[in-house]
Amino acid sequence: MSSTFDQVATIIAETCDIPRDTITPESHAIDDLGIDSLDFLDIAFAIDKAFGIKLPLEKWTQEVNDGKATTEQYFVLKNLSARIDELVAAKSA
Amino acid sequence: MQLEYFQLIDRITDLNLVKQTITVEAQVPQHNTIFEGHFPGYPIMPGVLLIESMAQTSGWLLLALMKFERMPFLAAVKEAKMRGFVSPGELLTVQASILHEGSGYAMTEAKVSVGGKLRSNATITFSHVPFPNQDLRGHMDAVARRIGLPQAVVP
Repeated sequence: MSSTFDQVATIIAETCDIPRDTITPESHAIDDLGIDSLDFLDIAFAIDKAFGIKLPLEKWTQEVNDGKATTEQYFVLKNLSARIDELVAAKSA
Repeated sequence: MQLEYFQLIDRITDLNLVKQTITVEAQVPQHNTIFEGHFPGYPIMPGVLLIESMAQTSGWLLLALMKFERMPFLAAVKEAKMRGFVSPGELLTVQASILHEGSGYAMTEAKVSVGGKLRSNATITFSHVPFPNQDLRGHMDAVARRIGLPQAVVP
């Protein structure tokens, strides 16, 4: 069974036509991979479907805009993967 | 259909909030300046307007599902297919259903039919935000009444 990061990286590669081998756990979806907010909706859709969750994009965006969080916390892929794991765990709890 | 005001939907004929589906009708006008240019001697409804009709239909479904607390805005159109011409005077049946409800966005699948024959379909993405002002909210309420959105749906 592939890791959450592997699944996310594959989704990003396929959704945004980015070479899979350029996507690492340290990659920042926005700053490094150049994914914009609209493209990220497609990624969020694919992640929601793959993991059976609902990424709280609005909440995250609000936190970043309010200075309560950084984009790194949500959009560096290892952190995004950790958030997904948390959401999956919360759902099955 | 009031093309000059970009209001493509005439009436809602079915709205099912449980199944998350909507069906509307839209009468293509017999005469409109759009048809003078699209195309001279061979008037057909522009494909972008068929897409807009699907977007507006989807939008009404989303408005109803979100209890008019948020306004959906068109964000992306995928897999839009124009499967047949639509001519002046034809009655469109436009249907939409929810493909996915995300956080701050939603995706729908929509189709346009004439006389039971599919003419166009698309997958559409919307971002949605709280109503930016009361003017827009009031306008949407008024249009909702005009096109027959069940009043129980409008808070």
